[in-house]
Amino acid sequence: MLNKPIYFDHAATTPLDKKVLEKMLPYFTENFGNANSQHVFGRNAVKGVDEARDSIAKIIGAKPGEIYFTSGGTEADNWALRGVAHAFKDKGRKIIISPIEHAAMISTAKALEKEGFIIEYMKVDGEGFVDLDHLKSIVDDDTILVACMMANNEVGTIEPIKEIAKIAHEKGALAFSDAVQAAGVLKIDVKDLGVDLMSMSSHKIYGPKGVGLLYIKTGVRIESIITGGHQERTKRGGTTNVPGVIGFAEAFRIADENLEENAKYVSSLRDRFIKRVLAEVPFVKLNGPVDGAKRLPANADFSFKYIEGESILFSLDLAGIAVSSGSACSSGSLEPSHVLLALGLPDELAHGSIRFSFGKHNTVEEVDYCVEEIKTAVDRLRKMSPLFKAEGEINYV
Amino acid sequence: MYNEKVMEVFKNPKNVGEIENPDGIGTVGNAACGDIMQISLKIENDVIVDAKFKTFGCAAAIATSSTATEMIKGKTIDEALKITNKIVVEKLGGLPAQKLHCSVLAEEAIQKAIEDYKSKQKGA
Repeated sequence: MLNKPIYFDHAATTPLDKKVLEKMLPYFTENFGNANSQHVFGRNAVKGVDEARDSIAKIIGAKPGEIYFTSGGTEADNWALRGVAHAFKDKGRKIIISPIEHAAMISTAKALEKEGFIIEYMKVDGEGFVDLDHLKSIVDDDTILVACMMANNEVGTIEPIKEIAKIAHEKGALAFSDAVQAAGVLKIDVKDLGVDLMSMSSHKIYGPKGVGLLYIKTGVRIESIITGGHQERTKRGGTTNVPGVIGFAEAFRIADENLEENAKYVSSLRDRFIKRVLAEVPFVKLNGPVDGAKRLPANADFSFKYIEGESILFSLDLAGIAVSSGSACSSGSLEPSHVLLALGLPDELAHGSIRFSFGKHNTVEEVDYCVEEIKTAVDRLRKMSPLFKAEGEINYV
Repeated sequence: MYNEKVMEVFKNPKNVGEIENPDGIGTVGNAACGDIMQISLKIENDVIVDAKFKTFGCAAAIATSSTATEMIKGKTIDEALKITNKIVVEKLGGLPAQKLHCSVLAEEAIQKAIEDYKSKQKGA
């Protein structure tokens, strides 16, 4: 084992950048004021929040007044979906989403279905890309919102958001994109993409947990889901998470300044890893795009045939490597990953999936160590598997 | 989530494999729900003298397979049939609630392997 545990789960969350922490600290103590207060304490807090809002707006090509801070990506997704549905319920009832959205979207869409909205799903191909022709054929005058994530959290597929937004607008529907995995990783210009709403989160880019945002283009009608005071131009109640917002903006600034350099570095780790696993581990399938340019730079997702993902996860955990799995056993449900099933994977392969997501602090040494540990773990588990004997043993060296 | 005992058994499971020409064999579960367990037995005069398992499944499924096969070795088939998933889980010091269904598979696989043995006896 290397001398400290290896973290390959950056798509789940990232460690807080120390520079971000430093920037946040005064806002817990000296500048503790409520950003809604009139006095000097409040003014100091609101000054920090305004600067944070300006900074993020500039990075994504939005106006500061179009940025609404939330408690994270899940709240922003909930707000976009429920808020638009409720604001436009007299215009239409149909909402179209991709089948590989995050649970924050899928669960909210299902809740809206119970309220009487019609949820339709886009088609995706075997690599997770949305079928634009199919989308065109299902967007109609009754459609109020088309929603597709900018990049998938499990298999890393980068979706053609610009084209999707265009198709939505041709029929007068709004376009929303969950950019939780993309913000700070891929260059985002909301005006160029043409989206009406976009959600983002702080803790995926070395910022603090518990803060995110919803971009709402000027003029887009939306109902509030968290009602309260006059925070966020009366659209989202609740005392502003001042240190969180400050940290989010600082993390976003650092991510944006180093965006190309980071992408180049983590994708070099990813490519080395993918190449070695495919060459050295038999009976393995890479899930998601083969073309690295169309895949999140940090993401590698494999299905290891004949064995189950959670047992691989814990084998690697015992070897000091932290990863995640799309197997049912890992999620606490009985169903394997809905994303992998939507990509057409059979149950057995969906249960045998492991996601590796790299970060800026990872090293080539860690990647190489992981490949060796995968070989050991997979070999051990296959020797235990009743499926392996039936299909693979003869060819397996 | 898993206790140390479960992780220890998962790390070093006993009785992995398959008995050649078993006196009884049982396979339960399916790939759709993510768990398949096979238990093979060597039985002499209704006493289980050897038991082996092969499992496609999570750490809990592998740990319960190991512990269940350990517990039935040396027992008569009637005694073995009395070993429930609850007893196996207790031996492991408990499992997270959402993992209890994995332990049921071990009980079912043992029952199926013993049924297989009994039906072979009748046929002989």
